[in-house]
Amino acid sequence: MTLASPSDFEPQGLQPQGWLKYLSFSLDHKVIGLQYLVTGFVFYLIGGALAGVIRTELASPISDFVSRETYNEVLTLHGTVMIFLWIVPVVNGAFGNYLIPFYVGARDMAFPRLNAVAFWLIPPAGILLISSYFIAGGAAQSGWTAYPPLSLTTPALGQVIWILSVLLLGGSSIFGGINFIATIWKLRRPGLKMMQLPMYCWAMLGTSILVVLSTPVLAGTLILLSFDIIAHTGFFNPALGGNVVVYQHLFWFYSHPAVYIMVLPAFGLVSEILPIHARKPLFGYTTMVYSILGIVVLGLIVWAHHMFTSGTPPWMRLFFTIATSFIAVPTGIKFFNWLATLWGGKLALNSAMLFSCAFIVNFVFGGITGVALAQVPFDIHVHDTYFVVGHFHYIVYGGTVFIIFASVYHWYPKFTGRMLNEDLGRLHFLLTFIGFNLCFAPQHWLGLNGMPRRVAEYDPAFTTLNQVSSIGALLMAISTLPFLINVVWSAFRGEVAGDNPWNALTPEWLTTSPPPVENWPGEAPLVTHPYGYGIPEGQLDLKVTTGRELWTGGRR
Amino acid sequence: MAIPPTLITLLVGMVLVLTGLWVGQNVQLLPLDASANAPVYDSLFQVLFSIGTILFLGIAGLLVFSLVRFRRRRGDRSDGVAIEGNLPMEIVWTAIPAIVVLFVGIYSYDIYERMGGMTPLNDHGAMHGMAMASDSSAAADGGTQQARVWAGIGQAGSAGALPVELTAMQFAFIFHYPEGDITSGELHIPANRPVELRMKANDVIHAFWVPQFRLKQDVIPGQQTVLTFTATKPGSYPIVCAELCGPYHGGMRSTVVVHESDAFDAWLTKNTPAPATVASAPLHPTA
Repeated sequence: MTLASPSDFEPQGLQPQGWLKYLSFSLDHKVIGLQYLVTGFVFYLIGGALAGVIRTELASPISDFVSRETYNEVLTLHGTVMIFLWIVPVVNGAFGNYLIPFYVGARDMAFPRLNAVAFWLIPPAGILLISSYFIAGGAAQSGWTAYPPLSLTTPALGQVIWILSVLLLGGSSIFGGINFIATIWKLRRPGLKMMQLPMYCWAMLGTSILVVLSTPVLAGTLILLSFDIIAHTGFFNPALGGNVVVYQHLFWFYSHPAVYIMVLPAFGLVSEILPIHARKPLFGYTTMVYSILGIVVLGLIVWAHHMFTSGTPPWMRLFFTIATSFIAVPTGIKFFNWLATLWGGKLALNSAMLFSCAFIVNFVFGGITGVALAQVPFDIHVHDTYFVVGHFHYIVYGGTVFIIFASVYHWYPKFTGRMLNEDLGRLHFLLTFIGFNLCFAPQHWLGLNGMPRRVAEYDPAFTTLNQVSSIGALLMAISTLPFLINVVWSAFRGEVAGDNPWNALTPEWLTTSPPPVENWPGEAPLVTHPYGYGIPEGQLDLKVTTGRELWTGGRR
Repeated sequence: MAIPPTLITLLVGMVLVLTGLWVGQNVQLLPLDASANAPVYDSLFQVLFSIGTILFLGIAGLLVFSLVRFRRRRGDRSDGVAIEGNLPMEIVWTAIPAIVVLFVGIYSYDIYERMGGMTPLNDHGAMHGMAMASDSSAAADGGTQQARVWAGIGQAGSAGALPVELTAMQFAFIFHYPEGDITSGELHIPANRPVELRMKANDVIHAFWVPQFRLKQDVIPGQQTVLTFTATKPGSYPIVCAELCGPYHGGMRSTVVVHESDAFDAWLTKNTPAPATVASAPLHPTA
């Protein structure tokens, strides 16, 4: 077992210090977390540029901006980069590595070297994937789903590189998942019980279980697919007796849980952010834990709702409709609990809070269209249309990416010791929120009325709304500028934050900002009530209450 | 005297429900309904749209209200009230989505059944009409089409369905009428008579989608799929390929022309190549 001894972290030997450590094979979970975050953000900018190409092409109904082959390469790369190189690594790897050891009261992850390996698989895999665009034949053209037989007939080299890169990223994800499970299970500080952990630990535990159970299935499937391409085997090639629908089952067995791998950690992060800025305990801790576990179990048995128009028999369509709809129940519990957390609090309307609340709005919208999509008859009309594109961007962008931004605003003082500028943050929020809704809301109508997804040309009747959508995308692109300026400027000139600017109770705030190598100078604090904010009911602080609150007994 | 909060809550709830119902009834987001199952689909859409509007406006409204009402005033450094949970309330908001979802699931199952989605695809005993139709069309084709049907949507009791074979390839739909031995790039069908589309793909996966019919089915190489539908309104509607099938995927489109019954017979007669048989009576396709 690889347990890092404290000497691994001492300033000695070949381990570089200062900013250079962020470019090194560092074993410090905080360094690895920030490596994930910054790498992920670089890929976010690349994926965003690819989205820009898509929206530029779709500003006119004819294929006039890039060639049709390039367009398919761009949409494939956009999906793959955003999922495997931005959202999954950041929402799991970055915040998971940074926060989980703090939350369990440990000095590092259970397997620090595996942790560093998991991170260092990402840059080569990403560079490999992007570079495939520049080779002869180009990058993969069959979408991030790589459905055979299309993926068997498009240029082979690009597709094989795509598979290789996704395998590396999947491996990184599995290593991370094993590490999180071991850390949460085994490295808890003595005296800290499971039901006393901050909610993000539960979210990461659930996510990691999904990662470990489902990612190997994707890996196996893609290896079989690569055999079909390289060695001309016939697993998924109908001309050789293979079955293309089997691929879809295997692919979605990973790729639907992948949605929860992207979203559950965001649920955990928002559960950390809201109580602190609302100055109230997290509402319904126990039900929150059980709803995460419910989502994990249900998330594994809903994959075929991606295949309602494919080769699925009627009984299967019915089963997966019901299973999928029922995910709305545990998810609904979480949203009502967050609303109850906000109710009656003292809400600080800062950037972290605004992004978190916008997450609730966006995700509820995406959830409602999701329940609709789960209904077979509804899905049969809108499957593979822009309705679906709108829906899943509301989930992964409106949901997860909004929370990534909220988390950056929330934990930046801990990462750097300095505050982010709130005015720039609110500007960033406003531009992102308006741009996002302008971009993706019209797509629902486009899908309902006949625009399929993944097309470079479309019915001219849809031009206006596509242009509105493209303007929204432009606003989203512009919105990253105040964020980038803010992050860079504040790192040097930002207001000094102090150790605990939010007056929070979770263990990462009970140390210096930025924290020392082994997290706490002395013994790790034992936090049994991570959400112990608020004045007990009936006990009002006479100094701060208004007359009205005294009169009503604090109840509103 | 102040209005009691419970009364305000009740009134807000009523306004919310009425708004949702009104939106579901009056906001038209869907294209023309031109097939027998399209109005059925639209009624499901209306229900989902109403429920969705109520939930979304309710939650978003509650959130915005909280943000305004409970915002931290300048200089206030105190905490909120330490409420850690409320089990009866949590049970209520577990039950509400569970009931809504159960209702929606059962309702959409009913809709799907009415669309013919639950018809067993290969069970001839349970499905007299379609079995007869497919048998006769198979016979018309020399018995080569007896392959197992993997998936699709069939309407029970569609006796006398017009059989049409669809071959999808990069990047076109080819329609073949076994009744008149006609091959066409456009789909011509009569109104108010079931059409049984037997679909196969030559190269990669395609999908046959007519937005105005609210129907879509993947066309999968190596696996025959079937789609049975009845067009109701004469006119021309787009056929769209909805599954990424290569560079010209966006251009893979065709048209379905729905004729009045007489006009369709005329089209069939005009386009039948050899002086061969013509589908004179819909109930007895000639072999």
